[in-house]
Formats: sequence, structure tokens, C-alpha cells
Amino acid sequence: MILVRLLFQTVLLALGQIWANRFRAVLTSLGIIIAVWSVIGVVGAMQGFKGFLLDQFATFGANKVWVFPRMPPGQRDRYSWRQVRMTVDQIDSLLPNSPSLDKVSPILQLNCDVQAGDRFIRMATVQGVRPSWHDIEQRYVTVGRPLSNTDEEQRRQVCLVNDKGVRELALADDPTGSYVLVQGRRFLIVGVVETKQVSPMFGGDEAQTEIFIPFRTGESMREFPRMYAVATTKAPELFEDARAEITAQMRRVRKLGPEDPDTFGVEAIEQAIAQVKSVLGGATFMLAGLVSVALVVGGIGIMNIMLVSVSERTREIGLRKAVGARPEVILLQFLVEAITLSMVGCVIGLALGLASVAAMKAVPDSFLSKANAPTWAIMLAVLFSAGTGVVFGMFPAIKAASLNPIEALRHD
Amino acid sequence: MTTPVIRIRDLHKVYKVGAEVVRALRGVDLDIHRNEFVAIMGASGSGKSTLMNVLGCLDQPTKGVYELSGKPTHKMDSSQLAKVRNEEIGFVFQSFELLNRASALKNVTLPLVYSDKHFWGARRRAKESLTRVGLADRMDHRPNQLSGGQRQRVAIARALVNEPSILLADEPTGNLDSRTSDDIIALFKKLHAEGQTIVVVTHEEDIAGHALRIVRLRDGKVVSDHPTSQDPIHQDYLRRSLEAAKHAAAAEGAPA
Repeated sequence: MILVRLLFQTVLLALGQIWANRFRAVLTSLGIIIAVWSVIGVVGAMQGFKGFLLDQFATFGANKVWVFPRMPPGQRDRYSWRQVRMTVDQIDSLLPNSPSLDKVSPILQLNCDVQAGDRFIRMATVQGVRPSWHDIEQRYVTVGRPLSNTDEEQRRQVCLVNDKGVRELALADDPTGSYVLVQGRRFLIVGVVETKQVSPMFGGDEAQTEIFIPFRTGESMREFPRMYAVATTKAPELFEDARAEITAQMRRVRKLGPEDPDTFGVEAIEQAIAQVKSVLGGATFMLAGLVSVALVVGGIGIMNIMLVSVSERTREIGLRKAVGARPEVILLQFLVEAITLSMVGCVIGLALGLASVAAMKAVPDSFLSKANAPTWAIMLAVLFSAGTGVVFGMFPAIKAASLNPIEALRHD
Repeated sequence: MTTPVIRIRDLHKVYKVGAEVVRALRGVDLDIHRNEFVAIMGASGSGKSTLMNVLGCLDQPTKGVYELSGKPTHKMDSSQLAKVRNEEIGFVFQSFELLNRASALKNVTLPLVYSDKHFWGARRRAKESLTRVGLADRMDHRPNQLSGGQRQRVAIARALVNEPSILLADEPTGNLDSRTSDDIIALFKKLHAEGQTIVVVTHEEDIAGHALRIVRLRDGKVVSDHPTSQDPIHQDYLRRSLEAAKHAAAAEGAPA
């Protein structure tokens, strides 16, 4: 009961003290203000940057997995391209042997000269794909029809063109029914696919002309075509399983011995996302830690002013003791005052920090537009400020509590 | 006779000031009973301030017994002493010692803040106490809005608010002019008449003369302890001041 009233009264007293010396109080808690302000600002900005990066990854599709040929690093002379390159059989063996996978499509990479009417593009990107590619890459036709299984089985000379290609080849808005020449062969345009803008961060620059043809049609155009596979997992969190299954299957079909390194690579978007999250998470904590140093500086400021306050109010402390304040109560009073001082700084800092985060958000199209101050950062700031108050208020409070009342009353 | 409020036996207090040992009290025996009005007198260095501090439980004796309302304070630690100061002793200081930022009422409430009695009704008690010293209309004034006499009344109200066993006043009129001093003395007399035990520490015979008993200290010992009416030094003082007054009157009456 008495403790509750004491706490209440000491907090009121402390607030009164602070209000009476408000200019001094703000100067004193400047360190805390700046520390909390920068913690919230920095963490908010990091969160914004993380959100921005994850958005960029999302342009790929969250549950995509790539399987591609790769020379084992440092052993280029031991393996020939024939051993390393992927074949359709290998790729087709993945789906039945990897239960985590949903869809798989081999991708044939061709670069061919393309011509339509008087327009000519040298070495344009031409890819041979299966119909499931539409779902895996989430690229659908805007005009005409998608590639079909019949196209695939009959190796039809049909193709899809992207928006950019329609413009560069000066085709009609609905180019279906017209023809383009790909490596001298006539391909009937059956549809237009949307151009997918990959973020410049990942090497995507301005969209290029792309032409998509049935996979088997493409196969017949090259003797040893370069190919890789794209796949989707049934759920984003299955990427580790999928990776293990794919690796096991690829090693099996390639007859790699236990000592042999992988001659292929498996990459998942989800893995990259997890890496970004952990790197940025670590960076956030490190920055927050660095900024906490400012809290220590702020704490020293508070200790200084509390020592001043104790010697200014020596007579008052003497009187309080004379009328029956126990030493613990005096300790509590000055501790509460120090904590209140640091919490005032914390509140001002929080206000400034949240305002800064709101300002970051308000800038349109900036990579910080997803900035936000997470609850844990606010809790951290409050806890650390209170802790600073306790730690740096303790010494002056002990000093006040151990004053001899007789000497304190004689003090001038 | 009933148990005394204050019972002191063979009280010693030794200080060390640097290398020098100061024996401030050298075996004091003193009993003060309920509703006494005692003046403690002595020149500076007589040990009266030390005795005052020990009486007020602000200091511990080096040796000896000090029982306040039957409680052996010489055996207590600082927390227990704080409780005794809070509940048994009302302090009145020469320089008032009020908190300048707080109203008269807040100042008077201060001891109740540190008390676990009177949790409820602290304000009411403080108001009653202020009314008792005649400041019912000054409760919301701050000390700097009050005269010296009024400030000392606030201090007295603060001393009374916890209904202490003794009211301990250290040169209560030292900072006041003679007219205000008379008011404060009158207030002490009124409180005494209402049953309050009062101990005043002073070096002024004038002030001491209003008490009913005078205890004189010299060199850390009690050298005289008499009812005021039988105190030879005080009676001598009264006679001489009377003569001085006659002389003054005669000098005034005689033609120049």
C-alpha cells in the first residue's frame, strides 16, 4: 500500500522536478533522445529495405527452383561439357522422383536471328519451353492462345512473342496468324505473352524481344542444345526438400560416385529470400547494437545531472530523512527520477523516430517506402532507456540515500 | 510516576574530527515526562546540539541508553530510526526547512508520505494540523508567499501532523523578530496546554523562561536541572533584567 503511494508520489515528484527544469531535462536526455531516435529510424529503414528486397524476389515467384549444369569449381579440366550438360531424360526423371515438386519444364536456350517483314533482330532470345512453363513462370498470353501439348508432340512451328517483340518486329497489335522467320524457319505466331520486368538489381535491364517455341521443335534446331530446368515446389517452405530430392536424383542419373562433386546446381528463390532475411536481420541487430552505444553516452549525461540534483537538494534530502524517509525510500525517489528522465527522453526519441519512419514511407517510389518501426524495436528502445536510467541513476541515488541527515541539514 | 517519554542514562557521544577526538556528551542522565515543556540550554560547545540530534534520533549515542516511549533507540538501525523519527518526533528547525516548490499543505503532508499509518485521510490530517497553528487560510500558499512567522507555523504544523510523542524545536525563534517570536512562543504554550510534550533547545534566557523546566548543559554534562521558577540562573537573569528596566525608566524620568 505504502509502496504504491510512494511510487506514485515519487513519479509525480520526479515529473514535477523535470517540468520545473524542463530545458535542462531535455538537454540532459538529449543522448537518450538521439539514441532512441536513431534506433527506431535505423531499424525502420532496414525493415523498409528488407521489404523492398523481398518484393524484388517476389517478381520471380516464391516457390521457384532452378536446376542447371555447372562445372564443379576448380575441376574444369576433369569434366567435359558432355558430362555436365543436361538432357531431357534427366530433367524428365525429376518430377517422378521428387515428391516436393509440382511442375517441371526444361528450358532450351537458343539465340537465333529473327526476321519479320523488313525487321531483323540479330541473336534474339529464343527459348524452347513446355506448356507447363506458363504456370511455372506465371507468364500468360494476352492475345491468342498459349502453347499446347499438341504443339509439343507434333513439333509444330508455332511461337509466342512478347510485347517488346511485337513492337520491335513491327507486328500488328494482334499478330496471331502472321509469321516470323527464326533461323530461317517460318513460325506461325499463335499468341502474345506479357513481358516480365525483372528488377535491375538482378541483372534484368530493359525488356528484350523474346520468342517462345515448343520444346521439341527447339530440340530439332540444335544438335547439342543448352538447356536447364525450372520447377515449382508444392509450397515455398519445401525448397530444402526439393533441393535434396533433386540433388539425389541428378546424382543418380548422372552416376556420380560418393566422392564426386555435383556437376549441376540447384537454386531456390526461397533460399535466397531466407539468406537476405538473415543477412538483413543480422545487420539490423548490429546497427541497433551500435546505436545502443549512444544510450550509454545518454546515460552518462543522466548520471551527471542526477549528481547535480543530489547536491542541489542536499538540504531537502536531509529534511526528508529527518521526517522519517528511510534510506531505501530516498534511493527509490532518485532512481525513479533518473528513470523518469530517461523515459521522457525515450518518449521524445520515439516520437521523432516514428515521425522519421513515417517520412521515409511518404517518399513515393523510394526503396524505403516499406519502412516501418516493428514492435520489438520500440520495446527494445523502451527497455534499454529504462535500463540506462536504472544503471546510471543508481550511483547518484545511493549517494543521496547514504547522506547523513545532520550534515545534509547543515549543508548550504 | 509513569514511564517517562524520554529516558536517558549515562549517554556518551564521541566524535572524531580528523585526528582529534571530541567528547561531546560525557554521561548525560535525563528523564522527560508526558506533557512537560522543557528548555535545554547551553553555550555553544556544551553538547546541546549533539544531545538534540540524539534526542531527535538523527544520531546514535556512542554509549548509554536512550529510550523514547519505552523503545530502546540506541539499539536501532537507520531504517528503524527513520520510522521512530516519523512516528514519535516532530522537528521544528531554526531555518524552517520547508520545500519551496510545494504549498503549505504539501509541506505539512510530507511526513505522512513516509508513514504507513494514516494512509487514508492524509490531506484531512494535514488540514487539521494547519488549522491548529492558525493557518487555515494559507494552505495553498507557497513558503515564499508567507512571512517568517507563518513559515515557522507551517513547520510546526508539519511537526504535529503525525501526533508525535515529543515536539523537538531547535532555536525555533532564531530567525524571527521579537514580535513574531512571541507569537511562536504563544503557540508552543497553547500546544503544551493541549497536552503536547515539548523540548526546546535554545541559548536565549527569554525563550527558556517560557518553559516550565530548564536543563543546562556544560562540557557534555547536565550541570543544572530545575523547574523554571527555581532555576537560580534564570531567576538571577529575571532580577537583572527587571533592574535594567528600572534603570532605563529612571534615566528616562530624570531631567537631562
